[in-house]
Amino acid sequence: MARKSYEGVAVAVPVTVPYVRYSIRAAHWWLARCLAGLLTASGLKKEEIDGFSISSFTLAPDTAIGLTQHLGLSPRWLDHVPYGGASGVVALRRAARAVQAGDVDIVACLAGDTNHVDSFRLTLANFSQFARDAVYPYGAGGPNASFAFLTAYYMRNFGATREDFGKLCVAQRANALKFPHALFKKPLTLDEYMKARQIADPLHLFDCVMPCAGADGFLVMSEERAKKSGLSHARLLGTIERHNAFASDPVQMRAGWALDRADLYEQAGAGPEDMDFVQTYDDYPVISVMQLEDLGFCGKGEGPSFIRKHTFTWDGSLPLNTSGGQLSVGQAGAAGGALGMVEALRQLTRQAEGRQVKDAKLGLVSGFGMINFDRGLGSGAAILGC
Amino acid sequence: MLERPKRKNPVLRTRMPTLPPAARSRVALGLTAAAALGRFELQQCRDCGTVQYPPREACQKCLSIRLDWKPQSTDGELLSATVLHHSNDLFFRERLPWRLGLVKLDCGPTVVAHLHERVATAPSRVFVAAKLDRAGQAVLVALPDKEANMAEDRQLREFTCDPKFRKVLVTDGKTALGQATVKALAAAGADLIWVGHSEPWKKFAGFDELKAIPQVTLLPLDVTDSKNVKEVAAEIGGKVDILVNNAEYHRTHGIAARYGVDTARAEMDVNYFGLLRLAQEFGPALRGRGADGLASAVAWVNVLSIYALANFPPHGTFSASKAAAHSLSQCLRAEMRPAGVRVINVFPGPIDDEWNQLLPPPKVAPAALSGAIVKALREGVEDVYPGDVAQEWLARWRDNPKALEKELST
Repeated sequence: MARKSYEGVAVAVPVTVPYVRYSIRAAHWWLARCLAGLLTASGLKKEEIDGFSISSFTLAPDTAIGLTQHLGLSPRWLDHVPYGGASGVVALRRAARAVQAGDVDIVACLAGDTNHVDSFRLTLANFSQFARDAVYPYGAGGPNASFAFLTAYYMRNFGATREDFGKLCVAQRANALKFPHALFKKPLTLDEYMKARQIADPLHLFDCVMPCAGADGFLVMSEERAKKSGLSHARLLGTIERHNAFASDPVQMRAGWALDRADLYEQAGAGPEDMDFVQTYDDYPVISVMQLEDLGFCGKGEGPSFIRKHTFTWDGSLPLNTSGGQLSVGQAGAAGGALGMVEALRQLTRQAEGRQVKDAKLGLVSGFGMINFDRGLGSGAAILGC
Repeated sequence: MLERPKRKNPVLRTRMPTLPPAARSRVALGLTAAAALGRFELQQCRDCGTVQYPPREACQKCLSIRLDWKPQSTDGELLSATVLHHSNDLFFRERLPWRLGLVKLDCGPTVVAHLHERVATAPSRVFVAAKLDRAGQAVLVALPDKEANMAEDRQLREFTCDPKFRKVLVTDGKTALGQATVKALAAAGADLIWVGHSEPWKKFAGFDELKAIPQVTLLPLDVTDSKNVKEVAAEIGGKVDILVNNAEYHRTHGIAARYGVDTARAEMDVNYFGLLRLAQEFGPALRGRGADGLASAVAWVNVLSIYALANFPPHGTFSASKAAAHSLSQCLRAEMRPAGVRVINVFPGPIDDEWNQLLPPPKVAPAALSGAIVKALREGVEDVYPGDVAQEWLARWRDNPKALEKELST
């Protein structure tokens, strides 16, 4: 059956609760700040928001429903999306359908995590049953080790060099210098990237995200409702979600985007060449390249030549991760899955200040999440327009 | 090649033992159960034949819950490798850099494995084995060939209890098994071997030959004498890296054929209380040295008996004492685990000695049994069943313990 259109759905009010490296607060604090930020920025009352979509690793033992009592909410629609880096896109897609169906008027999508000094290690040790049984006992390198395998394999098979990945990281740092909430404030040169200390061969320091605490959020409602409240917004033109695609590939070199991208572009009536910017999920540069390939910006294995041909700063030939991405802003747990979404909204509603992509009308946001064992399981993408 | 560790500076602090991450789901312990016996088994679906890893509660192909742990081909291809220079876990942090690989097994699944240093750059062919790590849990290792020596590899040595360069106590040098074990340990490169003998005023058969082995030091040790065990532990306990408890008292009686409790008590005093005394005196010292460099304290070997699994009525009280020792060894294993010191239980079938005179062959030759002990140390297994009788009893016991009891009682 053909998928119904996402017409009439507005996405608005990008909010970032400024990240910090470590926090003594719980995830609830970060999500509360994020909701408060959404209310302040939108002028809406708490009671007017009748739907919530929550994504957080460190909210445990609570889930979304516990948060309703914690924050005094009484929603008629509630979703918990524990999909890590895919959760921003997934939250939007599901909220959009609920809005279209009339199940809810306004959904606040909140993604955030705290980061205590020892949180990251504990999260890794108990990330999934497969991780605990079959990955963590092998050096406890966490996602660094998993992405080292993928990066080494990609480099060997498709001729990518460290310089190629470095070009993405350096461009993103330049973008981050224009984003006040980025945790990395110093410029990064390719030389510094190349000389950084080794983490998990072939990954070096600047290939890896830095765990931190933070939250990001946005609102989903009908275009009518957004106009009524005077909220500048983007329109959802198309979106896809897929989990555990290509399970029999011995090593992950592609994910769900490759399966569903035709559907995505058909919904939007646009192709990759029409995108004014792209926000990929970028916990490691290799995964950004995989997204660019699977989303049709270039063919499989053509990532290296694509990188050499383009520039990726906010004013480049393909603006990529224009707020700096997780690599230069920080990875605030599940908020990493919403970082690209709020940046896309800023770009499309002309709030991107010093890094505004000129005449940006169409943008693509991609999500990728949950290294359950040897690969990321969740993938999704959304095309937004203004 | 492994180099002889330098003499230890006694003033320096001994590093405290840490363990690799030990948490596993229950279903994943199937890998550990096989690895404890030195086997490589993966889950295989009884209905559709799919081999899967990591372990699951249902077949990922047909959703059947009829999953068996079956031996699988160990061949595979290294797809990708990395060297960790950073780890979130203390055990690995202390041992960086650490090499890992992603291996596609010929039988289907892709696995993460620790890599032997001689495994060639990807892509390359490897052999995968399941080994117990220092936490006593199974991990997969990829080897360049089937004969690759794990004990000579900086990383994989952590998963073995190789006697090379280590100091060993063998609790009884009087028996043929004790003497064969000492010789096998010396041949395996043990640095120093203390050999106990319970009646130091008597020169037992083989005494001179034993004394002539350069690594050997004979010392009076009677495991039924608490004071003596304490004194010996005070003298050498802090240096013992491997303890092989082979002290044994064996008489061939059931209940009716030997009235009274004297024989049974003597068996318990050596076989059960002897282990308890040794464990109380030597256990703490071994636990303190679980991470003491290349030649750390590493293993405790108990020579039990296949009769520990099910009572053999003609040797009824002996069987009971070995069952008691087996149970206590499980307690010892739990208590040694935080230090990463492995407790290896050896369950031989009848040994070819005087107390098994009336049993028909096949019987285990002492030299074969001592070879099995050294092999268990080298390969780092946890339970070993040497000899055809032990293997057969084990198979019968695993198949149906009640049936074995009935078979033995007729």
